[in-house]
Amino acid sequence: MTQQQLGSFPGGLKLPGHKKRSTQMPIRRMPISKRLILPLQQHIGEAAVPIVEVGEKVLKGQRVARAEGHVSVCLHAPTSGVIRAIADHQVPHPSGLTAPCIMIETDGEDRWIERDPVLDFRSLSSHEIRQRVREAGIVGLGGAGFPSFIKLNPGVRHHVETLLINGAECEPYITCDDMIMRERAAGIIEGIEIMMFALRAKECVIAIEDNKPESISAMRFALTANKALSETTRIVIIPTKYPTGGEKQLIQVVTGKQVPSKGLPIDIGIVCHNPATAYAVGRAIRHGEPLLSRIVTVTGTDVTHAGNFETLFGTPIRELLEFCETKRQPDEPFIMGGPMMGYNLSGDDLPITKTSNCILVGVDDVAIASQPLPCIRCGECAAACPASLLPQQLYWYSRSKEFDKTEEYNLFDCIECGCCDYVCPSKIPLVSYFRFAKTEIMNQERERRKSDIARERHENRLARQERERLEKEERQKQRKAALAASKAAQKKAENTETESTTETAAVKEDN
Amino acid sequence: MSIFRLSPPYLAGANHVTLQMMQVLLALVPAVVAMVYFFGYGVLVNITLAVAVALATEALMLRIRERPVKPFLSDGSAVVTAVLLALAIPPLSPWWLTTVGVVFAIVFAKHLYGGLGYNPFNPAMVGYVLLLLSFPVEMTTWLPVASMSQQPVDLLMAISYVFTGQLPGALTLDTLSGATPLDAMKTQISQFRPPEVIMNQPLFGMFSGKGWEWVNFWFLLGGIYLIYKRVISWHVPVAMIGTLFVISGIFQLIAPDLTGTPMFHLFSGATMIGAFFIATDPVSGSTTLKGRLIFGAGVGLLTFVIRVWGGYPDGVAFAVILMNMLVPLIDYYTQPRVYGAR
Repeated sequence: MTQQQLGSFPGGLKLPGHKKRSTQMPIRRMPISKRLILPLQQHIGEAAVPIVEVGEKVLKGQRVARAEGHVSVCLHAPTSGVIRAIADHQVPHPSGLTAPCIMIETDGEDRWIERDPVLDFRSLSSHEIRQRVREAGIVGLGGAGFPSFIKLNPGVRHHVETLLINGAECEPYITCDDMIMRERAAGIIEGIEIMMFALRAKECVIAIEDNKPESISAMRFALTANKALSETTRIVIIPTKYPTGGEKQLIQVVTGKQVPSKGLPIDIGIVCHNPATAYAVGRAIRHGEPLLSRIVTVTGTDVTHAGNFETLFGTPIRELLEFCETKRQPDEPFIMGGPMMGYNLSGDDLPITKTSNCILVGVDDVAIASQPLPCIRCGECAAACPASLLPQQLYWYSRSKEFDKTEEYNLFDCIECGCCDYVCPSKIPLVSYFRFAKTEIMNQERERRKSDIARERHENRLARQERERLEKEERQKQRKAALAASKAAQKKAENTETESTTETAAVKEDN
Repeated sequence: MSIFRLSPPYLAGANHVTLQMMQVLLALVPAVVAMVYFFGYGVLVNITLAVAVALATEALMLRIRERPVKPFLSDGSAVVTAVLLALAIPPLSPWWLTTVGVVFAIVFAKHLYGGLGYNPFNPAMVGYVLLLLSFPVEMTTWLPVASMSQQPVDLLMAISYVFTGQLPGALTLDTLSGATPLDAMKTQISQFRPPEVIMNQPLFGMFSGKGWEWVNFWFLLGGIYLIYKRVISWHVPVAMIGTLFVISGIFQLIAPDLTGTPMFHLFSGATMIGAFFIATDPVSGSTTLKGRLIFGAGVGLLTFVIRVWGGYPDGVAFAVILMNMLVPLIDYYTQPRVYGAR
């Protein structure tokens, strides 16, 4: 494996990783919960639509909800049991909102439905692979949850040069990708092969941060075992820096290229997937197993037995936390995701979903809620920004609600990585300001569009009224003209009649 | 579990405004020691008085402006302003001079613009320039280095002069004071004396003013410490010192009798304190990296211009304030290229 020249991105942070805390034990399987809560929306796009009835018995892997619309995936019963309810339940979302969920009472038998493995994936077309990936309910397991089948379709306008497997896992504490690469490297390689085939990609780059030597050697070993694939695939070791795992940053590190602003990686011939997603694709095609569980990192200063747990979707987070033993009090908030980009949740009955990569209870160097000092324009935030933005200017304009200015300073290129917040000597919650400004701008946009439509309607109505009025006038005019004409004709007729009578009379007189 | 913020990121770096200000004060210590060594204890009395006045004024202004007093008073910014101003005024200055400068800096240059973070001009330099324009005599009455003085200034002498205007015995300030090297250079060049001759006078040391070269050296070292600690970036000092060096070097070659050598300019007057401690003030300076280079270069250029052709022996304070005015313009035109921009 030859090391090629790596690029780098501006800014970023060297953060203490705290990863060893959760990598001391192999991946453990979380016991099946008595009750699973399956939100119908665990992905970006349209929520799935239930296709089961309350009281129905379901088997492990049985589809319980179908994809609705294009950007959507199916949902399956993670184990065998009975559908107990289809109702609203609190879901893991920063707003604490409720959403429709399927409640399954498990029977503990874990009985599989009949599976349809495809041993030779080359017998399938790209389209068939995508279809199966969609049917298997696979979404990006890195945390965003975008339906993966869409990202296996280059479309007609693009062709894919590089499949980039994002094994950076740059955020502190999270280790679920690290552990799956260590333990299931062969399965990941299997999935990569299928993805390459579906995408018709020329090459594959597996990028792993240099703080994961075990993953690197495991993946190397698995790759060497696959002679054909190892000709087009290489493992690239990248320096540990936050946020290298950001898609755009990783692309810059690995290829030196930048994704155009407001564009997608596919625009420069790159498709990015997470190693756990690749593993899921392999399982779905080669073993006919839909996505039923994921590896969840449970860690933090308040967790006694931190580690990684293969957890069925729908498992209440409370059970996972009890399993690991924490110093947490009931209903105390915890963090879903990493300490830089995650969000805090409270509520004990929240389920694990397809996007739950990490449950974090207690962090070292915690940011304390405090009154921020004014911005002293020190520029530390700009130095830390991986997108080369000027956060201090964005802050200034967000604060004063000059949203057109924030757009001028490229607010929407902010990836909300939190580097600026981290380094700010005045402890200003910059990311919160930027999120606020983004939401406000999008709301204004929506309002504008609404009012545009309303105005258009109004204008159309006025035009229609005007047209109708004109038509009416026209008709009246015509009718008048017709009337006048007919009157004239009548008169004329009368006249001719009189004339003719006169004439007749004259003739008569002549006679 | 502690009460953490309710929005990400949940991790916080150790960086803090107070910490930065403390680092700045720490970096000033060697130069302050050098100044006390060369110019006597008046320097310490000035600093103490200035800090006390600054804190009192800051507290009063915060009270008047209905801002929380404790977090802002403890941020250290008022102390830094006070110390910088105290180092800029003559070592033996009457108490009212220091007080007027500090009060003006804190009230007018800082709080009337909105307090910490909102001042377009460097407060210490605004205070200094006010004093220089209003009280030119007091502001130009410097002391020669202690080894050349008939009577080195001890602590009692300093306190006595600062608060009562009296010096012990038959001493008066006039008998003690003398021209600064920058002053001497300027005056004598206007009398057509060549710089290398002037440099041989006892007022001068190795390559600049006696004592002054050491004071500047310690400011330089303190500044390097701040860069190493990442409290300031290298851009402003390097651009300012570099520009001053290059421009004085050019004139050294084409017009050697116009002014002193590049080394004389670098180690005279307020060059080093200006480059590392004043022009680097983040609030009133440029925030972009390219902007900082331009800002620093501008300060260096204007300092040279004022020293050589202006009416004052030193020009750092005016140069900084003039460049402060250009900051919004510089910042606007030096925005970095954003990721993915075409």
